Amino acid sequence: MRKFFRGTYLGLLLTFLYAPIVVMVVLSFNASKSRAKWGGFSLQWYEKLFRSGEIMHVLYMTILIALIATAVATILGTLAAIGIHAMKSRNANLIMSISYLPMTTPDIVTGVSLMLMFVFIKVPLGYGTMLLAHIAFDTPYVLFSVLPKLRSLNVNLYEAALDLGCPPMKAVNKVILPEIMPGVVTGALLAFTMSLDDFVISYFTSNTDRNLSMIIYAAARKGIEPTIYALSTLMFVAVLVLLLIVNKRSALENVS
Amino acid sequence: MKKLVAVLVMLVTLSISAPALAQGSITVFNWYDYIDESVISMFEQETGITVKYANFTTNEEMYAKLSSGAGDYDVIFPSDYIIERMAKEGMLEKLDMDKIPNATGLVDWLKKPAYDPDGAYSVPYMWGTVGLLYNTTMMPGAIDSWAPIFDPANQKSVFMLDSIRDSLGVALKYLGYSMNTKDQPALDAAKALLIKQKSDGIVKGYLVDEVKDKMVAGEAPMAVVWSGDALYAMSQSEDLQYVVPKEGSNVWVDGMCIPKGSKNKELAEQFINFLCRPDIAKMNMEYIYYSTPIQAVVDGMTDDEKNNQTLNPPQDVIDRCEFFHDISSDMAKYDQIWTEIRG
Amino acid sequence: MKRSAFAGPYVAWMAMFTVAPLLFVVYFAFKGDSGFTLANIQKFLAPTYLNVLWRSLYLAVYCTAICLLIGYPAAYFLAGKDFSKNQALFVLILIPMWMNFLLRTYAMMSLLEDSGIINQLLKAMGLQPLAMIGTEGAVLTGMVYNFVPFMILPIYTSLKKMDERIIEAAEDLGADPYNVFRRVVLPLSVPGVVSGITMVFMPAVTTFAISRLLGSGNFWLFGDIIERQFLEANDWGFGSALSLVMMMLIIASIGLLNRIDPKKEGSGAW
Repeated sequence: MRKFFRGTYLGLLLTFLYAPIVVMVVLSFNASKSRAKWGGFSLQWYEKLFRSGEIMHVLYMTILIALIATAVATILGTLAAIGIHAMKSRNANLIMSISYLPMTTPDIVTGVSLMLMFVFIKVPLGYGTMLLAHIAFDTPYVLFSVLPKLRSLNVNLYEAALDLGCPPMKAVNKVILPEIMPGVVTGALLAFTMSLDDFVISYFTSNTDRNLSMIIYAAARKGIEPTIYALSTLMFVAVLVLLLIVNKRSALENVS
Repeated sequence: MKKLVAVLVMLVTLSISAPALAQGSITVFNWYDYIDESVISMFEQETGITVKYANFTTNEEMYAKLSSGAGDYDVIFPSDYIIERMAKEGMLEKLDMDKIPNATGLVDWLKKPAYDPDGAYSVPYMWGTVGLLYNTTMMPGAIDSWAPIFDPANQKSVFMLDSIRDSLGVALKYLGYSMNTKDQPALDAAKALLIKQKSDGIVKGYLVDEVKDKMVAGEAPMAVVWSGDALYAMSQSEDLQYVVPKEGSNVWVDGMCIPKGSKNKELAEQFINFLCRPDIAKMNMEYIYYSTPIQAVVDGMTDDEKNNQTLNPPQDVIDRCEFFHDISSDMAKYDQIWTEIRG
Repeated sequence: MKRSAFAGPYVAWMAMFTVAPLLFVVYFAFKGDSGFTLANIQKFLAPTYLNVLWRSLYLAVYCTAICLLIGYPAAYFLAGKDFSKNQALFVLILIPMWMNFLLRTYAMMSLLEDSGIINQLLKAMGLQPLAMIGTEGAVLTGMVYNFVPFMILPIYTSLKKMDERIIEAAEDLGADPYNVFRRVVLPLSVPGVVSGITMVFMPAVTTFAISRLLGSGNFWLFGDIIERQFLEANDWGFGSALSLVMMMLIIASIGLLNRIDPKKEGSGAW
């Protein structure tokens, strides 16, 4: 009985979450440009997508930037969390409060202020500044995902390891890291999502370079062509396959 | 060691061969999807100049970037009132018209437009009007006035433009005032009219770009739109008609300018000149499907195109339309009005 | 090496990239033609703007509440005992987060429009079409849709790491399932809940594109007004003042929230 309820509930939720995505997938095969009327099945948008070297290049750069930004943000944020955790609570609180700010600031404000800063220190805008901006807004997400894990961690284990002669870095690696790993992973996932979706900050911190969300935002102004839906469908399938593979592997590892 | 030498040799040969082709480069800052891409390749091939391309989605975004000194652009495509403002603020280079001979091919009424009286800072690229797009199956009978969009009998029937100047401008024109008035009673009257329009339930939404698809899908019988969007919508649906009402409306121009401090002014002027060439302007008109400012292209239109009053408005329509002038000094007032209507 | 030194790089980084936007906001918010001014803040205190702020706040609160109501049970079921299947389901719930936010909202628009997919289905079944697009309900739906995974994620993590033996112990001591939940599971999941509420409330208050697309521009939210100040109205001073107000409000709410989390296991700071 409970299982049935649970299954239905999750099923409904998944339907709600995926309905728009299914719409996007279906529209990517729509022969007509209309957003709500079916004009017949067609692969023309996929063809157009693959012929457009520009979109593929932008997609590649977007993912690259998101990956690098996530990696750096994760390292920076995790180290920060470990450090802050060991600080006196007054210092820790100060740093934490300031860390909240990027997340509460509206994108436009972050974008414009970073742009002004780069101009002020005479750094030319481009993919480099875009990357720096992404790292800047990604890191707090990692920090706030890892910190709770640290707080529920038993610090005595770390101290015990040190007492038993383990060098600090190794102790961090073998004792702290495994415990906080779920937090790190969560933080990394959030950071990656934030990077992929951003268009406002990316616009203001770049020059002629573009990322995917900027293109979608601009295209939306002219009327979204189904080519974009085709791209999203492919990305969706790629992510789905990737995650399910990772999932299968870790499930198998856990079993064995 | 050998590998290193090989790589170095490769790099040297590559770097020698490449520059032979390049004659410099320019960076163009334009609206999204506002040029026929093959035009760019043709330009690059004919002149050897590389074109780097960046997009903006609103005039204000472009202005924000330029005014803070960010970005290095050589050719920009601002709209009329922003051109006026930027010229006033010293943000634009004066164009050397000797380098842009094709500009003599502009239609007469755009040679020295109200927003750029000496024609010194800009060259028109595309233009259009603001008007009423309506669905003839949902609203039978020809419409020639703004009145229906303020009529409470038409509940949830109108998509207004999500743009202060355009919506306020329509209200002002309907009441008989100028779209650029700073006269407080006039502005108050227009504001009251728009607030009443919303509270009477006539408005279905305030949109910009989504309006095209929505009109094609029949979401509402009427919409205030830009002529370019109207052309697109009408090409997708037989039921739609466009009219510039008799009380008058707005005529807009997107122009080409060179920002002050551009390091490639002469190359930029070459690009602008290229875009004014009749065959190139024709390609752009056919791709973008907005009205063209080049006389030769207008003369060479097919009969269908000539008779399309949206693409090729007759002089009397143009005469009852006004240009927007820069009112940035009163922007706060306008914004206050808009917030009171929209909030 | 002191452990607290690990935070060094981050602090240095933050000094540049977090402090800069903050200084900018403060500078413009209080800068007048002749030095320090409160004019921008005063302008905000007009009914027009307070109205918009109020609307944004209550929509954000509704959205957070709905996300909590929907998300908690989902996280609870997913964190249950059947490991591999639930892990896969959990992953499935995360994937929509990675689809571009703007596109998903456009797709939602296709569903909710008068001539949209849901209404087409209703018409086909002979039922009355619903007027969904352009309403606050549509905007709320859009918000919940976009943010619910952010609620599920932290609650799931917090439930998952719960020591099973505590639950077993409670059961052994004779507690029925309801009490096990109320007295053991729920309190232990509070850090995750607090985290989730924070992760949803913040973007919900600052969101802007959703009201344009799903609300048909019929009403503005605070995020819209701020964006417009920087772009259309070109009044950076006022925009900065509004941002400052919003930032303070959010930080205050989070501060309040963290009172509920006494052991500070959530992401609280004070």
